[in-house]
Amino acid sequence: METTESFTQYKSRINESLGNEFLRTAMDNFAVAYRTARKKAFSDIDVDALIQEVAAIKSDAILNHELLLKQFISKAKENGIHIHPAKTAQDANRIIATIAEQTGSKKIIKSKSMTAEEIHLNRYLENKGLEVTETDLGEWIVQLRQEGPSHMVMPAIHLSRYQVADLFSKETRKDQSNEIEKLVKVARKQLREKFVKADMGITGANYALAQTGTIGIVSNEGNARLVTTWPRVHVALLGIDKILPSIIEALTINKVLPKNATGQAITSYVTWITGPSECKNMAIENKNVPTASIKKPGQKREMHIVLLDNGRKAIAEDPLFAQVLQCVRGGACANVCPVYRMVGGHSLGYVYIGAIGLITTYFFHGRENAANLVQNCTNCGACKAVCAGGINLPYLIKEIHSKILDETGHPLKSLLLGKVLKNRKLFHSLLRTASLAQKPVTGGTPYLRHLPMIFSKEHNFRTLPAITDTPFRDRFKKHYKPPANPKLKIAVFSGCVQDFVYPEQLEAAMALLKRADVGVAFPMDQSCCGLPAMMMGEKQAARDVALQNINAFKDLDVDYIVSLCASCASHLKNHLPDLVRDYAQNDQEIFSDKVIPFSRFVVDKIGVTFEENGQASGKTAFHSPCHLCRGLGVKKEPKILINASGHQYVKTDEEETCCGFGGSFSANFPTISNEILTRKLDDVENSGADLLVTECPGCVMQLRGGALKQNRNFKVKHISEIIQPTSKLS
Amino acid sequence: MDKEQTLSIFKQKASLASAIVHEEGQIKEALNKAVALCLAKPFCENLMPKNNEPAEQKMIAAPNLNPQEYKILDDLCQQNDFLLINDDLRNHPGGLEMGITTINCGIAETGTLVLNSDSEETRLATMLCETHVAILKANDIYQTTQDAAQVLNDLLKQPSSYTAFITGASRTADIERVLTLGVHGPLELHIILIGE
Ligand code: SF4
Ligand code: SF4
Repeated sequence: METTESFTQYKSRINESLGNEFLRTAMDNFAVAYRTARKKAFSDIDVDALIQEVAAIKSDAILNHELLLKQFISKAKENGIHIHPAKTAQDANRIIATIAEQTGSKKIIKSKSMTAEEIHLNRYLENKGLEVTETDLGEWIVQLRQEGPSHMVMPAIHLSRYQVADLFSKETRKDQSNEIEKLVKVARKQLREKFVKADMGITGANYALAQTGTIGIVSNEGNARLVTTWPRVHVALLGIDKILPSIIEALTINKVLPKNATGQAITSYVTWITGPSECKNMAIENKNVPTASIKKPGQKREMHIVLLDNGRKAIAEDPLFAQVLQCVRGGACANVCPVYRMVGGHSLGYVYIGAIGLITTYFFHGRENAANLVQNCTNCGACKAVCAGGINLPYLIKEIHSKILDETGHPLKSLLLGKVLKNRKLFHSLLRTASLAQKPVTGGTPYLRHLPMIFSKEHNFRTLPAITDTPFRDRFKKHYKPPANPKLKIAVFSGCVQDFVYPEQLEAAMALLKRADVGVAFPMDQSCCGLPAMMMGEKQAARDVALQNINAFKDLDVDYIVSLCASCASHLKNHLPDLVRDYAQNDQEIFSDKVIPFSRFVVDKIGVTFEENGQASGKTAFHSPCHLCRGLGVKKEPKILINASGHQYVKTDEEETCCGFGGSFSANFPTISNEILTRKLDDVENSGADLLVTECPGCVMQLRGGALKQNRNFKVKHISEIIQPTSKLS
Repeated sequence: MDKEQTLSIFKQKASLASAIVHEEGQIKEALNKAVALCLAKPFCENLMPKNNEPAEQKMIAAPNLNPQEYKILDDLCQQNDFLLINDDLRNHPGGLEMGITTINCGIAETGTLVLNSDSEETRLATMLCETHVAILKANDIYQTTQDAAQVLNDLLKQPSSYTAFITGASRTADIERVLTLGVHGPLELHIILIGE
């Protein structure tokens, strides 16, 4: 039995990955190249519409899986295929070993199959004394190294040509050059013999078509074609989630899959197999070809399909998690993940890698393998934005997190946070006390010079701000004077960070709102938005504060609820309704519709015009908070504001990449957070900007703290702070 | 979209996927072209030296040609001293210089070839060769897979059907993401477009 890894062990494994220079460069280059390739592949296609279509196809098929599977099975049987439903991984392994035994198969060749990885098929068959050879180049490489794939479609992306050359030299007992082209030829030659000697071929499948009883296999190398052509037995292993009505649906999915996976328009091969195909006598007048099989001319190969459940039926019936089965296994969610980019697939997956792995590990490989993994997410939403199956990945990751906590018990830290957040008065008075208690460590400056003892040294990668003496709520109560005839009425949702750490960001906004004759309400009972609790898996606490906030904003007569914190705004807009639907008095109370982020409010509802001659800075870069650009779809407004306020906006390559904050993420995984942050700051510095603007106090905390710590030569500000008093309002 | 446009998209997309596209009048010219390509090509690397003797002649397999087409090719092969084989390709796992197939239909949007590969010989011809020459009637090109759906479904619904979509040569990017052609299949794909 393998023992489960502790959180500390997991973190030290992560730190190893972070220290792997080759891995880091490879991952980084890939992240950048993928972004461009994907864009190009979809350049003449409405990708969002297409993805919606795919999501609908998959979700319908999952809803009707029982009927479709029945149809598929009867059609496939008609076509002469042996069908084996397998309830568990164990069952599937046993079935395949039995097929090998009954057909006298000793040597097995395989083409790539994540489902086979899922059930650890190779290990099982090898323990039975069978020889199993992976024939996909990347899979063969990782098989020789006795490790698992580090990406779902590029299994050996973590390795260099030198490592592969060493490996191949060992395997062939001959010095091999480290030229990639030659290494590929080594594999071509070495594996050809394996194909020829094999008795049985095992493949996965990307599609199972009910109408015709056909399976579809997507591949580039052509190995799956040989695997299904040379040996006399073919076993296809597929999850029941691969079921589709007909080729029509498969073709639509196939339009997205390769483009989304690697930016390739279509893979070199797509193979459609309807039943056992011709497999000629392999022994005729051919002493040269060593094969155990002797068949009569004109015969067909023996074909088996193993239909794996392994928890899928239960997932399909779960209203929340059913969408997990919409995954088409292209791996795009890893390609764009800032954490994957830093640590690679062995640290961000168990078998399944990236966002989908953070979710499915729980179902397929158990809580113990998922518990650490599921926390390794900044909740940036980059995965959701590219997911070919339209899955709400970040949300489900948090659901799994809180599910695991519910099952195993909540750690004291997060329990406490949950408790404190629930009680606003307690929470706020703690913050006020903290403001006093920190005096000795801030030395009178607005930054925490030395971190309090509770933080370890690795948290010291950014300078943390101090908690303010006078939170915004006190300043508002004391100084606010409403306009006599307001043009618009709004309420401000501040969030804790702006209220207690950066009140100046809100005050800057107040000045603008005043000039625009906007009446402002600040309900004193508002509390934390609840996202931090969600991030820690404390769903119950998140719901409690959500209900408090609903109460606080209930009877206000306002047109909008404006937030200068993108994370709060996105949480209130996107998560609140689901959180409280069964708990709130009525739907009208759920104020999500009124929530609007600051820049959109100013540009759309107040209006600013371009300042003619104001030149307030050199180049100004923008960091688009994850929750702003992806969470709320706000992209152009902040740039309009930057330019309108006399700054010169400059585009940076990583503008929409996460800054690595992610609330409790940066506390749990400080080393990853620091690396993501550094990459971001490098990008800004390379743009030549002397000012970096963003629209979320959490991002300000991370970016400004990092820029200070690393002595970067640019300033970091919230967008409300750069609007000049002279900017013209329209 | 008219025929011309479809054809030009097909050519463009196929080339992008590493296929080399030619246009050669009729089947006769196409076969001539294929033989010329084989002539120009070096002997293939024998992948199974232990099992196959070093070849004296270049080998071409063209199992799915009809008898007339086959006759034309046979004559050309004899003139050039190539060995034309159509049966028991399993006896040549070390490789062939060339596989020639006539293609069922093309799909312009991705530059894809659709090949009925029910016959084992057809399959092996396109897998064991170093150069795959695919002959396609320009008239048989559909604009999108959806346009070809009916044809595809008719192919698929035959029991024992093995239908291949082929787009470019066999490829991998598994080592350092560097695109390399010719892993387990052809190193080169030539598409020869012909008229009726
Ligand atoms: S939300 Fe961001 S960090 Fe989390 S899995 Fe998705 S891409 Fe990775
Ligand atoms: S979850 Fe989405 S992005 Fe990730 S592999 Fe599946 S379909 Fe692709």
